Amino acid sequence: MPSRILRKRKLIPGATSELVIEAPHIAAKAKPGNFVILRVWEDGERIPLTIADADPDAGTITLVYLVMGKTTAHLETLDAGDDILDLCGPLGKATEIHKVDGPVICVGGGTGIAAMHHIAKGHHLAGNHVVTIIGARCEDLLLFRDELCSFCPEVLIATNDGSCGREGLVTDLLVERLTNDKTVAEVVAIGPVPMMRAVAEATKPFGVKTTVSLNSIMVDGIGMCGACRVSVGGETRFACVDGPEFDGHAVDFTELAARLTAFKDQERLSYEEFKSHGCKCSK
Amino acid sequence: MAANAPSKKAKIPRTAMPEQDPKVRARNFQEVALGYTPEMARIEAGRCLQCKKPACRKGCPVEVDIPGFIKQIVEHDLDEAYAVLRQTNSLPAVCGRVCPQENQCEGACILGKKGEPVAIGRLERFAADAYLAKDACETVTGGPACSMARDDLKVACIGSGPSSLTCAGYLAARGIPVTVFEALHEVGGVLVYGIPEFRLPKGVVRQEIDAMKALGVEFRPNWVGGKTITVPELLESGYNAVFIGVGAGLPRFLGVPGENLIGVFSANEYLTRVNLGRAYKFPATDTPTFPAKHVVVFGGGNVAMDAARTAMRLGAEKVSLAYRRTEYEMPCRREELHHAKEEGLDILCLNAPVEFIGNEAGRLTRIVLQRMELGEPDASGRCSPVACQGDTCSIEADMAIVAVGTGANPLISQSTPGLETYRRGYIVADPATGETSIPNVFAGGDIVTGAATVISAMGAGRRAAKAIADRLLGPTEAGHPPEETAGQSVDA
Repeated sequence: MPSRILRKRKLIPGATSELVIEAPHIAAKAKPGNFVILRVWEDGERIPLTIADADPDAGTITLVYLVMGKTTAHLETLDAGDDILDLCGPLGKATEIHKVDGPVICVGGGTGIAAMHHIAKGHHLAGNHVVTIIGARCEDLLLFRDELCSFCPEVLIATNDGSCGREGLVTDLLVERLTNDKTVAEVVAIGPVPMMRAVAEATKPFGVKTTVSLNSIMVDGIGMCGACRVSVGGETRFACVDGPEFDGHAVDFTELAARLTAFKDQERLSYEEFKSHGCKCSK
Repeated sequence: MAANAPSKKAKIPRTAMPEQDPKVRARNFQEVALGYTPEMARIEAGRCLQCKKPACRKGCPVEVDIPGFIKQIVEHDLDEAYAVLRQTNSLPAVCGRVCPQENQCEGACILGKKGEPVAIGRLERFAADAYLAKDACETVTGGPACSMARDDLKVACIGSGPSSLTCAGYLAARGIPVTVFEALHEVGGVLVYGIPEFRLPKGVVRQEIDAMKALGVEFRPNWVGGKTITVPELLESGYNAVFIGVGAGLPRFLGVPGENLIGVFSANEYLTRVNLGRAYKFPATDTPTFPAKHVVVFGGGNVAMDAARTAMRLGAEKVSLAYRRTEYEMPCRREELHHAKEEGLDILCLNAPVEFIGNEAGRLTRIVLQRMELGEPDASGRCSPVACQGDTCSIEADMAIVAVGTGANPLISQSTPGLETYRRGYIVADPATGETSIPNVFAGGDIVTGAATVISAMGAGRRAAKAIADRLLGPTEAGHPPEETAGQSVDA
């Protein structure tokens, strides 16, 4: 039962695209924080992608990916009208969202901004004052700026080269805000592991609740294998069913970063083969 | 020849089954046991005494009419042999391969009292393979499949492993439309992600599933029970009954230091990568597996054997199996242990892991083992292993596979208010009917009993299907032949 791609938007040409996919049974259930597992072709692997947005009325979900290896490169060869062979979801626990007293700060880095978007939107719809902080190397790589601006009263931007917003890191803006605003209720961070670790370290002295969405290696995504296991507060948890969101102050980021490298040689081999031979699936 | 006296028949030796050479097969994923030729099958079938009250049939959890199908093999009618099998067993080509027959049908065979039992499993496999090889779709649905389809009824099965497939096949054969929801992208449960190709070729599973599609069973892969759809939603949307057959797929870990190092895998992950992801063909396929020289597998069941034999085939120089007890207590099939040893498996009995040690990159390099000795028998009747204080050693390993059992996945129970479970998450179900604490919701297989065998899960699927058919159609219309219900407490 393949799922049809209805629209494709190249957010950063050659690197990041957004797909709007027809999947009414997933769209009806998808909550902020949920993800899907997909498979592109019959000899393909299963990869997890966060649901960046869902429209239950239209029966669609939105996925955003960064081309970083074989499967995402293969996905990038697809266009509107093409099918994704297998799409399974919504998976994982939904973000805990309720009305809180102070502002909620949502921090997003790189492709993580898309995942953060769904959560920020959820907090906004729950009536919370949402501050988003997004960061990238330069202005051209900032995703979802307009989407976030459409409902967030404050969108703060940091770029490494200073081409947009503040020159520096998202954590600079975060620390500044936490120093000046003691009413912040919660911080949510989604992005590369070093960024989530930095956010968790930055918020710890302020004692502000900090939630991170972990991106460990997954196979089934339904709690069957433990590939995605992470140590949280000294206990082993499965990111796919117990998470993917956890208390950022309790996560063992060193272990997570190491485990993400488990297959790096094979990943390189697979990507090189793909680049030299192209797509092997018979279309 | 047909006049052979029983005593004479008992003396005919059991027909051996051809196998791939151990040296060759230890490096490939082709099936190890090659199956009987028609001649071998006829000779073996001729050993059956055709007992009036067959003990073998009572030994089979789905009560296959064993003398019945064997008689058809003797009479050269393989279509009929398959038809007899399919009356009570939806997956004969699978069961003939993976059942622990020594504890079931063959363990009960009268010939086994003085000599060797009839090779029932091999004959079942032969009949099913011979039939399926004919690729005769139109006759697959023969027999009870021609029941009038009922468009006013529908049943949902969650999970597509042996229990659900059996339940679905049974109901479809009685005209009840069934939809099977499967979380993974391929149908078959443990038959496709767990049991390796060299023991159960996936083509065999696919053929049996195609036969079920021909019966009108609808399959929906990528639908996660408890996530994409919940039990209450299924009932609300008009399903008359729901069968939960989601298995016990939650891997148990050992809980010792270093278990999250790179190179330590659950058997579920390792086998899923290789079997479902076809990682043995990487990089032609995209799912990678972990290359390793020294592999240590923990556990003594069939899953441990499957993982160890898979690691050999993926090129490991040395594969060891560490088990807390002795070979005698290993719960795996004897045939698999025998095969694994022939292929070069190193067995470290009376050893338990105490720590995994890694390098600065977080990769496994060594494992510390604790020597054990057997103590008093525990609740299971097996001697419990006791640590020999101070007696530890460390062995080199770059991969460890943990195959010490599985638990109940909580996705269904968490999303089904009112569903009663035991403390460890297994679903409470009436042993006779499979009905749970929620009316019209049934459960069977490993999610009720904990990890068991393919055939016992099939038995549970069949009992639940009978109860569902009785309720929806009434016992008369459900049409259980008298011999099927005789001696069973299942049908009121």
